[in-house]
Amino acid sequence: MAPLLAVRDLTMRFGGLTAVDALSFEAREGEITAVIGPNGAGKTTVFNCITGFYRPTSGSLALARGGGFALERMPGHLIARRARVARTFQNIRLFAGMTVLENLMVAQHNMLMPNVARGLLAVFGLGGHAKLERAAIEKARLWLDAIGLTARADDPAGALPYGAQRRLEIARAMCTDPVLLCLDEPAAGLNPRESDELSNLLRQIRSGMAGLPGCSILLIEHDMGVVMRISDHIVVLDHGRKISDGTPDQVSHDPKVIAAYLGEGDEDEIPAEAQA
Amino acid sequence: MKPLRDAGLSALVALGLFGVMIGLKTDAGPHSLVLRARPWAVAAAVAAVFFGRLAMLYWRQWRPAGTPSPRHVAATLSRIGRYAAPLLLAFAITLPLYAGRYWLDLGVLVLTYVMLGWGLNIVVGLAGLLDLGYVAFYAVGAYSYALLAQTFDLGFWTCLPLAGLLAALWGVMLGFPVLRLRGDYLAIVTLAFGEIIRIVLLNWVSLTGGPNGLSGIPRPTLFGLKFNGGGGPGSFADFFGLEPSISQRVVYLYFVILGLALLTNWVSLRLRRLPLGRAWEALREDEVACRSLGINVTVTKLTAFAIGAAFGGFAGAFFATRQAFISPESFTFIESAVVLAIVVLGGLGSQLGTALAALVMIGGAEVFRDLQEYRMLIFGLALVVVMVVRPRGLVSGRTPSVALGGRRHIGADMMSEGHG
Repeated sequence: MAPLLAVRDLTMRFGGLTAVDALSFEAREGEITAVIGPNGAGKTTVFNCITGFYRPTSGSLALARGGGFALERMPGHLIARRARVARTFQNIRLFAGMTVLENLMVAQHNMLMPNVARGLLAVFGLGGHAKLERAAIEKARLWLDAIGLTARADDPAGALPYGAQRRLEIARAMCTDPVLLCLDEPAAGLNPRESDELSNLLRQIRSGMAGLPGCSILLIEHDMGVVMRISDHIVVLDHGRKISDGTPDQVSHDPKVIAAYLGEGDEDEIPAEAQA
Repeated sequence: MKPLRDAGLSALVALGLFGVMIGLKTDAGPHSLVLRARPWAVAAAVAAVFFGRLAMLYWRQWRPAGTPSPRHVAATLSRIGRYAAPLLLAFAITLPLYAGRYWLDLGVLVLTYVMLGWGLNIVVGLAGLLDLGYVAFYAVGAYSYALLAQTFDLGFWTCLPLAGLLAALWGVMLGFPVLRLRGDYLAIVTLAFGEIIRIVLLNWVSLTGGPNGLSGIPRPTLFGLKFNGGGGPGSFADFFGLEPSISQRVVYLYFVILGLALLTNWVSLRLRRLPLGRAWEALREDEVACRSLGINVTVTKLTAFAIGAAFGGFAGAFFATRQAFISPESFTFIESAVVLAIVVLGGLGSQLGTALAALVMIGGAEVFRDLQEYRMLIFGLALVVVMVVRPRGLVSGRTPSVALGGRRHIGADMMSEGHG
């Protein structure tokens, strides 16, 4: 598979602290790539660089889509809009006072309102807005069905249970039609059954569901069960550096990974042979 | 015991404050000022604070059990709102039929503030950007109209869109520097902006006439028909064969501001259901999430500032044509504060709430004019009471802009107030 996102020598310094140090890895098209590592390893910093919330100190982030995009030089909203990289947040960031459906409609903002002039024309019912709005509702409905929240479409997002909020945030990101979906600890705080549902949802997103195109996934996750089950490719970080990179099987056998991360206290969560 | 101690402390603070402010009064004596002590007045004020605080504390303890949950109240209010809004509108349209000159003038004043409130509601209520300098756009609109009309001899209806456009332009100019600011910082910069505009108007004597202001601003016409007390050819009274009367102009002005206010309301209600309005509300809820969804936060904030400012500009142009005289004195910070108070008291984002709050605050202040300086005291007290009882405003919460099933009211407890 061709690399969709190529991270080359990514370095991010905050004053004297080097959070990410000359990191290189690839996320391939049609795969789920997981980034794992202990707390403070720099995983979320990498995500913030990819999605434009931080400007990297040096290095490049090349997205191979269309003519190619240099993400390290793009403003955050254009990364979502043009390069089509969507993300979710470690601490859920839904529009709590808006309904579930409205959350999914806001995600389709750029499709509904290509520019301000069109947005203002719509006040007078011009510019074919009604048709776009219907299409947007239809797409939102597809995703509501996919995450099982159709019945709660008109409830405020802040009133949903935690697991449903996580799923809604993923669906909201997917409503921007991304080619790469970046998930920051999507399984955090979920119970085992919800984690299973999440794994299934992510697999469906990768391969494309009924009427919806597939999407590559970049994932930060601490729940090794979820990571090992669904990832095609795992990148392991420690102190801002990559210490291992490969398939779940390769990574879980890597002595460096076991020493730094998997080995201690997590025996029950990794395949038995990895402990050898 | 705790409420007693708390009330005692409040009384002590009151004693400290009122001991000097109320307790000592200067009277003009035969040769010089004489200081007179008023211990009983102080005692009364302190007792009022003590028992007031006690009553409030006990009421708070009793409330959770006795009153229905806020969400239930909000739903009931929104049901009432469905009938209240058409009733208010019908009342507003028919007012000239039975109201005299005084009430119509008051109606014009109230509607001006309703319009300003609805305009500011776009910025503060929907987009969640705290703007303390809204009066600047009111001033820009008023001076734009006055100067355009006097320099180029243009009529009210030609200048009105220009005044709105210029105000919107200034909205964008204010918007740019404050894009990165949030909350308190945003509030302070917008406050400063309001003052800058006023001080420029005050000191640019060659253009604005400085403190003398501009007078002889043309009155609005109805398709070229003038409303003047004397009648004469080309006047409204002459065309329709009526007795010339100044009250025709008052009625006309009343309908002009009613129309402008309803336009503001219609545009903001319409925008709320469109992507732009949804993006404003999303911005209020979570700016970071907006950016991650590809929404251009800069453009979205600027449109909120510009559209809010445009309505302020329209209101300003109307103010100028109504008064026929404007000076920087009409555009002080207190105006911004009153409009913001109307929006907050009414409930952020609520159109009906804003209209009710304007009616209560402006109408109420006018009706109680006889109470003189006590008016402001009662006023402040009323504001405090409303904010204690209904902290999110008279009509709080929001109705979803789109729904699969029925639109259900969302309580204000879910919503974010915005952080600028």
